[in-house]
Order: sequence, then structure tokens, then C-alpha cells
Amino acid sequence: MELTKEKLLDMYKTMVRIRTFEMKAAELFAAGKLPGFVHLYAGEEAVATGVCANLTDKDYITSTHRGHGHLIAKGGKIDLMMAELFGRTTGYCKGKGGSMHIADVDLGILGANGIVGAGQPIATGAGFACKYKKTNNVAVCFFGDGASNRGTFHESLNMASIWKLPVIFVAENNMYGISNYQKNHMNVTDIADRAAAYGIPGVTVDGNDVIAVYEAAAEAVARARKGDGPSLIECKTWRHRGHFEGDPQVYKKPEEQEAWLKKDPIPRLEAKLIELKYASQADLDAIKADVQAEVEAAVRFAESSPLPNPDDVFTDVYAD
Amino acid sequence: MAQMTYAEAIRDGMRVEMKRDPNVYIYGEDVGIFGGCFGVTAGLYQEFGPERVIDTPISETAIVGSAVGAAAAGLRPIAEVMFVDFMGVCMDELLNQAAKMRYMFGGKARLPMVVRTPCGAGMSAAAQHSQSLEAWFTHIPGLKVVMPGEPADAKGLMIAAIRDDNPVIYIEHKQLLNMAGEVPEGEYVVPLGKADIKREGSDVTIVAWSWMLQKALAAAEELAKEGISAEVLDPRTLVPLDKEAILKSVGKTGRLVIVHEAVRTSGFGGEIAAIVAEEGFDLLDAPIKRVTAPDTPIPFSPVLENAYLPSEEKIIKAVKELF
Repeated sequence: MELTKEKLLDMYKTMVRIRTFEMKAAELFAAGKLPGFVHLYAGEEAVATGVCANLTDKDYITSTHRGHGHLIAKGGKIDLMMAELFGRTTGYCKGKGGSMHIADVDLGILGANGIVGAGQPIATGAGFACKYKKTNNVAVCFFGDGASNRGTFHESLNMASIWKLPVIFVAENNMYGISNYQKNHMNVTDIADRAAAYGIPGVTVDGNDVIAVYEAAAEAVARARKGDGPSLIECKTWRHRGHFEGDPQVYKKPEEQEAWLKKDPIPRLEAKLIELKYASQADLDAIKADVQAEVEAAVRFAESSPLPNPDDVFTDVYAD
Repeated sequence: MAQMTYAEAIRDGMRVEMKRDPNVYIYGEDVGIFGGCFGVTAGLYQEFGPERVIDTPISETAIVGSAVGAAAAGLRPIAEVMFVDFMGVCMDELLNQAAKMRYMFGGKARLPMVVRTPCGAGMSAAAQHSQSLEAWFTHIPGLKVVMPGEPADAKGLMIAAIRDDNPVIYIEHKQLLNMAGEVPEGEYVVPLGKADIKREGSDVTIVAWSWMLQKALAAAEELAKEGISAEVLDPRTLVPLDKEAILKSVGKTGRLVIVHEAVRTSGFGGEIAAIVAEEGFDLLDAPIKRVTAPDTPIPFSPVLENAYLPSEEKIIKAVKELF
């Protein structure tokens, strides 16, 4: 897929939508309006956006506890997402899942996941189904640097590689597994190096450059669709927020945070769009205003939606 | 009707469904040309080919985890885990993924998948290859748990398990694999959640499943010679559990003995005892008895293993204590 002006502007809008959704969630959480935990994706928007811009509704993704960005990039509806964060019946999961379990199977979103690394075998299975049914579809597995240390990572990449499954493993290396700095939890600098153990391509890209992510994913997706098997893409990025909202982030060095904020993927794309003359600042401001209105509408939808009935606890355990 | 062993009956159930539905496939360790560790899948590789009978790496986590993903994406996997003892390796995939996805997603996922796995002692396989872990799975809402105790049920429950749109743990007993019996041909379905009275009686109800069903039937035969008429009830599936059938039988006999091969503490027998105590206390003429393995790991030496296992004699003794 060529990166046209239209596509690039679309990707910009997606990134802004993710950021705006996340900052709104932060605000609502701080105001005590959202129950449970929220793990925000702010700062990592280029990864989900650049990868999902290569996918269709028939392709699958598995997401993580930090899943809002993946869901939005894959086409998830923000009003249903917001209603789920509020625990309302109109939410994606009717208030039964919350932030960490949002899914939209019809859009190929096989769920955010509260267990680090659990998406890896699930994506492998979805990729297996694509191959078994001889469709041209692929499965993308998003996971963090911490999850690349799980046994699920090894078993899944091994299985996907021997059967040449159409799976793209996307490691979002935001440098911290919760509070533990990457150097303290793995003995390699680039997670992509681990691809060599499975005889598959592994590339490391600037995860804050949406075009770089898009191009790496385009190659991996094309390879998977051709039947040549899985790839590992490592996207180096940065979590603007803590592991969860409320995390005091004592483990982050202020100068490091400052340096990464300067590499924020959204202003970088804005500069690019202006340089290419794809948009003026006024155009970009209009997109932002548009998205802000969407997010505000999503909050109004969520807040005005009914709460679940206590009897709903008993339904949806088993399919009939 | 055809004469088949329990292993052949399981295989026949899988074959019937694989012929009927191209989305059904088998995968696990050594299930292909080798025919499965206990020979249960023998011949299926030749019949259905390597695309539907698939050898996996030794990766229980990826086997069960990828079954979850494949089921969510529309297939109907039958995953084999070589011994129920290995379920600890892939427990997150059952506990937090398979069992919970439908509920967490607000009812919007279907996970039609079967995990087949052999259980049970009696072959000196010691502590890591002999356990009966069914209670673990019954403690996880979202899973169904199936434990056939004879060949016809093995087939009928397998077909029902494959057709079910939920994750089903199908536990087959190693000691039963060579047991022969009459098995209906074709699409024979035993619905999940229906107990079966395997022997009618009037003095005591013995609830037993899997290999212990056969021990209970042998004990009932001996008890009859001594004038005690035992009714033997096989729940066949622990989740869903046919508690009405159990309560009805206890209503008839007034006495209840529960037999399972699993260790005693937190075994499923405790659950059945609690149900009957809560909902059928007035039906009882005597305390409820459990015959189970002791709370120890499973020993290796045949002498020790025999001491460990519930037996016909132990069942007879427990029954007689109620009179």
C-alpha cells in the first residue's frame, strides 16, 4: 500500500484520536470517574497506527494491557470503548471487561489482555486459522519489551516460524517492563536480534516515526500474505505516562523523559505533513478539533449510558 | 453397534466430526504419524493428512494458546496435551484466556475448542504422569469438563465436546483405553450435562466417574452378593453437572458414596457432597462417604501405587459402613 497524502492524513488523525482519547482517560481517571486500572498508550501512537494502516478488517490483532491505541488504530469505536471504561452496558464488553479486555471480534480485534505475553500464542492461532482456511489474512501480535521475556514469546515464534504462519510480532520497546529498565531485564539491546533464533526476519525501527513503522510493517505483512511466514518488528518508543495511571514513575530519569518528549511522534508527523505540503497548520488544527469533539461525544455517550443490571453477572459465561 | 475399545471410540468420535466439518483439526505432540502417545489418534494422519493432524513442538503453552486464537478465528481445534499432569505448563491459556474470553468480551466471542488429555494412575508412571486433576478445571467458570468412563460414552461425549461452542476439557483415562464395549456407529451424541445410571439399585448411590466407574460397578456386583443393592451413577461430565440426577438417586436410596481417583482435599467429591448436603439433606439416612486417593503425590512402586489408589475393596468397605 502506497503512502498517499490521504493515507498519511488518515494516520495522523488516528494518532491524534489515540492521544486525545488517552489524555481524556487520564483526566477522567484522576477525577475518580473510571473504576479499575488504566494503562495509557500516549507516546506510542506511531506503532499501532503505522502497523494497522497495513491491515483490513479481516486481519487479526492481539493487544495488551496497554491496548487503547491498538483498538483505535484497528478501527475500534471510541464511544463503545469509553462506555466500557465507565463500566456501562453500552460498552464493548457490556461492562464485563473494562480497559484491559476490550475486544471487537468482528473487526479482528481478539482482545486487549491483562496477562503479559498471552497474546502471542493467541495471535499464532489466529494466524494458523488464516493459513488453514487459505485466506490471505494475517495476524499481528502487539506486545511489550517485558513480554518478549515470557516463555510464550519463544513458543509462539518457534511455532509460527516452523509452520510459516502469517503472523507479525510487533515488539513495542518502551524501555521499561513496568518499572524495570530494559538493561536490567534482558541481555540484548535490540529485541529484533531474537528473530535470528527462529530463522525469521527481525528489524528494529524508530517507533516514534510512523512512516518508518508503516514501511517495516508493510514489508512484513506482504511477506506474511505471500506465505513466507512470520516477522519480528521491534519499535523503539517511549511511554509518556507511568505503567498505570497513578504510577509515580520514580524509576524514570527526568532528562530521559524530556529527551523522549522531544521525539513525540505526533509533532514529528505534523512537521512532515507541513513539509510535504499535505496540510497546513490550520488543517491540522481542524483535525484536532474534530477529534476532540468525537472524544467529548464519546464521554457524553458513556456517561449517559445505563449501568449494568446486577443480574447480568450471570450471563455470557457459556455460549449456548 | 460395533465392538470398539475406549481409545477407538474416542478416535471414531473425532473421525466422524472431522468428516462432517472441515474446520475440525487435531494437533499436539506426536499425534501425527506416531499416532499419539497412547495411540488414540492412530490412522487419522493417514486418513486426513498433515494439514489436519498436526505434530507440534513440545510447547503446551503454544498448543493450547494457539487453539484459543484459532477457535476465536473460526476453527474447531482438538488439542492434545499428552498427560493431564502437563496442564500446569499451559494453565494460563485455560485459566485466563480460554475460560474468560467470552465473558470478558461481553458474550461476543465463541471458543469451540477441545483439549484432550489422559489422566490417571495404575501404570507406575509416578507423580508427574498419573494425576487426576479434574477439580482444577471445574473451579474455572467458562470451561466444561468431560470424563467418560466407558467406550460408548467416550465417543458420544467426544462428538458433543467438538460440537460445543465452549472450551471443553476432555479427560480420558489411561486404564480405560483398551477397554472394549458396544459403541453406536455414526453421529452418536451424548449430551454434556446428562448423568447416566450405569446400574440400578435401591440401598445406596455410588457416584463415580472415569476409571472409578468401573471399580464402582465391580464393587456393586460384590455388594449384591451380600444383599446390598447399589445404584451406580456416572455424572459423565462434571461441568455441567447433572445434580438433579444425583439428588433423584439419593432420594431413592438414602445413602451416598462418592468415589474419585483424585486426591481427597478439594476434590470434586467434596462439591457433590456439599450439593447433596445443601439441597438433599432430608434425603439422607446416613452420612455421605468419600472414597478417594490420599493427599499425597502418586508413588512409583506398584505396592505403593496400589495402596494409594481407591479400589473395589475400599468402596465396599465404605458402603458397608453406612449400614
